[in-house]
Amino acid sequence: MLTIKNINTYYGQVHALKNVSLHLQEGEIVTLIGANGAGKTTLLNTISGIVPPKSGQILFSGAPIHELPPHSIVERGISQVPEGRQVFKPLSVEDNLELGAYLRYRKRGGKKETKETMAMVFDLFPILLDRRKQLAGTLSGGEQQMLAIGRALMAKPKIMLLDEPSMGLAPLVVQEIFRVIENLAGEQKTTVLLVEQNARVALKTAARGYVLETGKVILEGEAADLMENKDVQRAYLGRDKKEIWER
Amino acid sequence: MTKAQRDIIIFAAFCLAVLATPLLLQGNYLLNVFVFIGINTMLAVALNLLLGFAGQISLGHAAFFGLGAYISGILTTRYAIEPWMAMVAAALCVGVIAFIIGFPILKLKGHYLAMATLGFGIIVYIIFNETVDWTGGPSGMSGIPNLALGPLIFDSDMTNYYLIWVFTLLTMLLSINLADSRIGRALRAIHDSEVAARVMGVNVRLLKVQIFTVSALISALAGSLYAHTMTFIAPASFGFNFSVELVTMVIIGGLGSIYGSFLGAAILTLLPEFLRVFHDFDIIIYGLLLIVMTMFMPGGLIGGFEALAAAIKRRKEA
Repeated sequence: MLTIKNINTYYGQVHALKNVSLHLQEGEIVTLIGANGAGKTTLLNTISGIVPPKSGQILFSGAPIHELPPHSIVERGISQVPEGRQVFKPLSVEDNLELGAYLRYRKRGGKKETKETMAMVFDLFPILLDRRKQLAGTLSGGEQQMLAIGRALMAKPKIMLLDEPSMGLAPLVVQEIFRVIENLAGEQKTTVLLVEQNARVALKTAARGYVLETGKVILEGEAADLMENKDVQRAYLGRDKKEIWER
Repeated sequence: MTKAQRDIIIFAAFCLAVLATPLLLQGNYLLNVFVFIGINTMLAVALNLLLGFAGQISLGHAAFFGLGAYISGILTTRYAIEPWMAMVAAALCVGVIAFIIGFPILKLKGHYLAMATLGFGIIVYIIFNETVDWTGGPSGMSGIPNLALGPLIFDSDMTNYYLIWVFTLLTMLLSINLADSRIGRALRAIHDSEVAARVMGVNVRLLKVQIFTVSALISALAGSLYAHTMTFIAPASFGFNFSVELVTMVIIGGLGSIYGSFLGAAILTLLPEFLRVFHDFDIIIYGLLLIVMTMFMPGGLIGGFEALAAAIKRRKEA
């Protein structure tokens, strides 16, 4: 469904992604793990067009998208849940969700469809329904993460790019968020690319995984195999707690 | 009562107050001040679209105001073009200029954007002063014709008042509608986080240029109205000081609040009338006002009132 071939991305002089290749199949959850600065967020930003690649190809359902601006990529069905949630804090929960449907809203019947999708999001995260008039900035961290995911769902994406949904959240909340992510892939056939620091949870949820280190893919495979891999265990699982502590 | 209904009632009440004001001020020189309040409100609301909604600063808005005034003035006095036509031409012309300079300028953020718009304002100001053959230079340009509708000529304080306020109210209505629309939400999203707005599918770059253009176009319209009601214009009215004054109006009133812009414009227009005793020191009072406001009422007057109302309500409930 999504195929990334040999992309190279730069921030000015800094070579952030080196010949990265990756693919996603429809309805699957794929995780991308790696330490800080490995290039995980850059890869998501490259897919969504925020930081276009210098070379290489990104094909979405066979069509190249690596030269498109972000809004065209969203329109084609790829939505990102940005790192650190980035909900629009001075806006109400409802306004945030409506912004998620920004491109669908102006289409014929878009207003009605937006309402329907919003009802679906409220079904998924009932707490947002109670808080819909509240400003997003007044929500708790977990609620903001739910809002960020709900906001991305408002675009009815075929692929959802999730950037560290567990960041700074209590373990119970993390569990709930991941249950919803599994649901998305299972019931709604949304394909998910999940970037995580919390490798244990990510590998448990995902079917396949890629390990990124200093801009390169150093390992890939079934999530279960990666979990057993000695290097992964040493680098990302054993020191799991310590890594969170250090952040 | 829904929010939309409440908005309509508030706006209707505001229109009534505007209509009734001249009746209370008959023969008073303050009526002339209220004409200026109208023009300044229009400018402050236009700047608020850019500054309060989209979060993009402009320290050169007086230039768009001036360009509107001068284009209207030159077209009517040198080329004998009908004032209404001149007004449309001025607005379109300034819109095009803003659209063209908007693309490179709005790539900048924060201080850099402030510097770029400041530079634009200064360049335009110099042009007003130096192209003496066209603009009359520092001594200004006079004999600009009044606007007229059939037999009705807008040449008295009373007629000018209604002329200006019709345009001001239309600008406010447009802005209030915009605030609650899909575009309004996108603008506020840009204000909060450009990256997040982009991944929502908002074409941030284009939308910023578009709102900049609309804002400049309304400012130019206000400039034309100013030229045709005052019949005399000089560069001094369109300098850096006035750009800063416009920003002050928007901030004092409250970023993103349309009625706030009116309040800010009203206060900053009325204030000099009461500060005459201080002569040239009035600029110090503006400065102090701005410092005190940003320290104690960061949401502006409207934001302050809202906080006060919420506090009173809480106390009543407790």
